[in-house]
Amino acid sequence: MGFLEVLYIIVPIALAYSAPLIIAALGGIFSERSGVVNIALEGLMIMGAFVGIVSSLTLSKMGLGAASPWIAMLIAIAAGVVFSLFLAVPAILFRADQTVLGVAINMLAGGLTIFLVRALYDKGQTDSIPNRISKENVPFLSDIPVLKMFFANIYYTSYIAIILAFVAWYVVFKTPFGLRLRSVGEHPMAADTMGISVIKMRFIGVMISGGFGGLAGAVYATSISLNFSLTTILGQGFLAIAAMIFGKWHPVGAMGAALFFGFAQAISIIGQQLPVLDQIPQVYLLIAPYLLTILALAGVVGRADAPKAVGVPYIKGKR
Amino acid sequence: MKLERFYGILIPILSIILGIAVGAIVMIAGGYDAGEGFYQLYYGIFGEPYSIGETLRATAPLIFAGLAVAFAFRTGLFNIGVEGQVLVGWMVAVWIGISFDLPTAIHLPLALIGAGLAGALWAAVPGVLKAVFHVHEVITSIMMNYIALYLTNDILRRYIGITNERTETVKESASLASTFLSELTDFSRLHNGIFVAVLAAAVFWFILWKTTLGYELRAVGFNKSAAEYAGMSVKRNIVLSFVISGVFAGLAGAMEGLGTFQNMTLNASFTGVGFDGIAVALLGANNPIGVVLAALLFAGLNIGGLSMQQVGIPPELIKIIIAFIIIFVASGYAIRLVIDRFTTKKDMAKTSKGAGK
Repeated sequence: MGFLEVLYIIVPIALAYSAPLIIAALGGIFSERSGVVNIALEGLMIMGAFVGIVSSLTLSKMGLGAASPWIAMLIAIAAGVVFSLFLAVPAILFRADQTVLGVAINMLAGGLTIFLVRALYDKGQTDSIPNRISKENVPFLSDIPVLKMFFANIYYTSYIAIILAFVAWYVVFKTPFGLRLRSVGEHPMAADTMGISVIKMRFIGVMISGGFGGLAGAVYATSISLNFSLTTILGQGFLAIAAMIFGKWHPVGAMGAALFFGFAQAISIIGQQLPVLDQIPQVYLLIAPYLLTILALAGVVGRADAPKAVGVPYIKGKR
Repeated sequence: MKLERFYGILIPILSIILGIAVGAIVMIAGGYDAGEGFYQLYYGIFGEPYSIGETLRATAPLIFAGLAVAFAFRTGLFNIGVEGQVLVGWMVAVWIGISFDLPTAIHLPLALIGAGLAGALWAAVPGVLKAVFHVHEVITSIMMNYIALYLTNDILRRYIGITNERTETVKESASLASTFLSELTDFSRLHNGIFVAVLAAAVFWFILWKTTLGYELRAVGFNKSAAEYAGMSVKRNIVLSFVISGVFAGLAGAMEGLGTFQNMTLNASFTGVGFDGIAVALLGANNPIGVVLAALLFAGLNIGGLSMQQVGIPPELIKIIIAFIIIFVASGYAIRLVIDRFTTKKDMAKTSKGAGK
């Protein structure tokens, strides 16, 4: 097998696994740029995956066919927004410790979804969805040699994720809204003095992040896992957090990191069947994203600094 | 100060009540019989000697995990990496337990020390990164959790050796198992670890409140700048706090490896002990007695929850209850606000009456 043939196999898988990571990392950026730590991304993804699968199953039963996973994603976004209020309300209004809340929400998501699966289906995991997001060949482009690795056997959700990254970059860095969002995350008191409502901006930041988290989970569920169980979302949320940090809280940077992590995941999954790569012990590929993030944080691979006010509840009038 | 103490006890108790209330609502909303559910929960904890034994068995690792989180909290640090430290501690304890032939008096302490050191080493990474590079410990600990998860599985597979997803059983000389305790509780898996755990809670108290080191650690937790100004090395204390926290976490792993399971299995995901430890520390207000009580509560819920299956209620309900207890404890500010509003209104009414005279 030649080098190109290997890439033709790996790149589409890497893009498939990157998509949910990119989307979740973007969610993390909106929340953390507004000053709210979002360890809860994992929980939001669990919720999104659960809602994505359950609504996909239901819609398929109603006869919506191929449209059902796409509509399910929209429902998962809404569910993510609602679920993120469990983080937003205590963190922003009640000054609760955001990291502690994140841990609680992850636990809640894991418990609640499996509880509901058992209540709804009387078993520990759902059936597989009959209509999945399928792999597509982009007309014309998928016939060009070399380039076709990006256009053949591809989920359209991967393109959506990449487009969303650029949209997020524009919103965060080129719009007045983005400026306000970042200002409450860097120096909330100054922002407050300028008439920006810190509470409102933070609520918006967390809820957007909830929508992204929900979508990310649903994308993973409807394109990769195809059913929902306790082990469907297993660390992808934290991997997205790693991508966010490695990308220095910048949407396009986070996308790059998520693509890289997706690539590492792809190799760890199918590397055993490919020449050269089967020589690398799987464990190195599995731990690489986490190790690199630690190195990035330590400044070995370019320093990563969080938004200044992240994790600090805003108390009006307190210096 | 009196008021602080009042809130310190009131908020956890209110949170437990509210959390259980949420559990009841979820059961009713899910179409289950909540009364029957709570009866099964109660029976699953206190109903038989076996269930009491299992509850105490599950308490031991939770005490250690809770102490680990609480110890770091006291220095103003959040050790969310207990989960990973538990895994490396568990692995090293089992490795020592199966690979040496020594008298119990040496073998068991050696396995425990090994587990503690492994946990300490794993915790030292975020500690050093925090002290030297000012990297936030939460993120590095989370990353270390995943590295531990994949690395321990790999080491078990490639070096320690597994058959049917698990290692050999640890030698009797390194085991915490106790025939006496087991027979006393109708052959539950209760082992001597519970005594080690309670002893550890006493050590926790002694280090923090009876030694200079503990004084410094708490001083750093209260006010870093003041501690620095008083001549304490903040860096050294951050690393030490993490390392000691890691020892507790590693020992939580030893409870599972030398006590409950006597071996180690490949882990597809985390044990949950570390995350429960955060709940334990939070509910126990980072106080050793509080931690022991909170560990008992959560162990009881976890074990009792299994019995709820008998009336068809998914045991995941317990996770929901624990998660809500954490959310309510963390939202203590809101609880205070509500209470303050009621009390100040009363005071105001009093003063306005006085003014009227």
